[in-house]
Amino acid sequence: MSAVTAEPYTTADGRKIGGVVMEMRHITLRFGGVTAIKDISFDIREGEVRAIIGPNGAGKSSMLNVINGFYHPQEGEVWFRGEKRGPMKPYQIARQGIARTFQNIALFKGMSTLDNIMTGRLIHMNTGMISQAIWKGKAEAEEIENRERVEKIIDFLEIQNIRKAPVGSLPYGLQKRVELGRALASDPELLLLDEPMAGMNVEEKEDMSRFILDVNDEFGTTIALIEHDMGVVMDISDRVVVMDYGAKIGDGTPDEVRQNQKVIDAYLGVSHD
Amino acid sequence: MPAEFWYGVEVLLNGLMAGVMYSLVALGFVLIFKASGIFNYAQGVMALFAAQTLVGIQTGLVPFSHMINAMFGTKIHHFGWNVPTFAAILLTIGVMVLFAIIVEKLILKHLVNQEPIILFMATIGLAYFLEGFGDLMWGAEIKKLDVGIPQGGNVWVEESTAFLGGDDFYGFYLDTLDIYATVIAIVLVASLVLFSQYTKTGRALRAVADDHQAALSVGISLRTIWVIVWSIAGFVALVAGVMWGAKSGVQFSLSLIALKALPVLMLGGFTSIPGAIIGGLIIGVGEKMFEFLIGAPFLGGATENWFAYMLALIFLIFRPQGLFGEKIIERV
Repeated sequence: MSAVTAEPYTTADGRKIGGVVMEMRHITLRFGGVTAIKDISFDIREGEVRAIIGPNGAGKSSMLNVINGFYHPQEGEVWFRGEKRGPMKPYQIARQGIARTFQNIALFKGMSTLDNIMTGRLIHMNTGMISQAIWKGKAEAEEIENRERVEKIIDFLEIQNIRKAPVGSLPYGLQKRVELGRALASDPELLLLDEPMAGMNVEEKEDMSRFILDVNDEFGTTIALIEHDMGVVMDISDRVVVMDYGAKIGDGTPDEVRQNQKVIDAYLGVSHD
Repeated sequence: MPAEFWYGVEVLLNGLMAGVMYSLVALGFVLIFKASGIFNYAQGVMALFAAQTLVGIQTGLVPFSHMINAMFGTKIHHFGWNVPTFAAILLTIGVMVLFAIIVEKLILKHLVNQEPIILFMATIGLAYFLEGFGDLMWGAEIKKLDVGIPQGGNVWVEESTAFLGGDDFYGFYLDTLDIYATVIAIVLVASLVLFSQYTKTGRALRAVADDHQAALSVGISLRTIWVIVWSIAGFVALVAGVMWGAKSGVQFSLSLIALKALPVLMLGGFTSIPGAIIGGLIIGVGEKMFEFLIGAPFLGGATENWFAYMLALIFLIFRPQGLFGEKIIERV
């Protein structure tokens, strides 16, 4: 457990941070003989922006894949909304309210921006096949209702002009934004962002930071994000977990982490003796 | 216009109608290939099996009667009833959905993330199994399939178009069954396209076709989608099996019609639904026109057997990804 008190509190900029939503307890993940994650525990609290940082190969992405169910750890427990999570498939976890983006953008390239974001609404749509085939009554109403929700997200992300464009043809920065839109469309309780700023220029990074903060602020979405670029992360996160070689070497507010000697060593590459 | 011209138009129409059927069969392949990356070798046998099942249910055959008789010394073959065509079709659709579920449970589930060639080999196995299973279930003899669609030249079309040409033109000769088949195939192809574009399941199908991991991350169950896709492919197989079965009887050669879809796929691309449609039409029209203009007068006829493959081969050389297929770009 982290040192932060479990009591709800209000941040300096007026956002409410609630109780623990997700808790990782003593997670260990191995691939054959390689240990990608070594006995890591941390928690994510409602409404916060939680970052996992670390140098390349530290095991950050593996951790995200554990949270969203692509990987199943050999040891440890994952607790979500106060309940221990059993072995679940990624799509079941998505339906529980955990959405994510990918480091190497995983959009549906043949589909339009609108259709991509609509797939995010799938978990909220439950008409049967027959009704859909006739496209009347409930199916139609559901389609329209969800479409309205998606239009709001499109407005929010300022991508109205590319609504109908096939996403495969969009520039990288916009694709990242569409992917964020798709994840947001599911109204997730927890949003996982895998290197949202990777490969972006300074301006695009600033845009993305603003969107992340706005999502957190306006929708109250809890966000867990991975970055290896420390600068941006420190500005936008409430608490930071630092990983190195699969182990946790720091956990706390950005200021605490910045002063942590182990973290400084890891980033400056001091030799371990 | 000379009568020759109107005969040419007649050939064109027949080519288009044949082409629509090719498109339909090719669509069965494309759907499965897009959703699961599997080239389903069993598609043709599925058409045979669907047609066998339809005839079997319709005429009240007892499934596995040979086996039952051999084991218990009984002599049952028929239930002694006939099931109305429409009900029989619904039951057959049910059987094809059941088949899709079994395929997913017994095969696909265990082969997730395997190499395409392994999945392909699995469908070859499936094809031979299903062929034997169909014969065991319904008997291997050639069966007559009658779904109530009349056959032979359509008199109405012939009479109402006779005025076009001169005295030596008697109107277009179009088979009524072909006309029905064309209309049904067009409706089916159009509804499949609309379904995949404008419904949430359609959107999920396209999502899975594009990226498995991303599809999982938005809450789509791959296994459900696979069952849906194989069910649709089973339904497409049923329609193709019925149309061809009604023409030439339900027999083993029915399973070979799927081979005609191969050149269509090479032309249209394995991943494109519009490609399957256009490719089918090009092959249908191309082979009929080639036979009419060049094959019959100069090459001694019977060019329809190989024309499609030759056309596909030429296409492969100049445009390996097909007309509409996604271009394969790999970094070196």
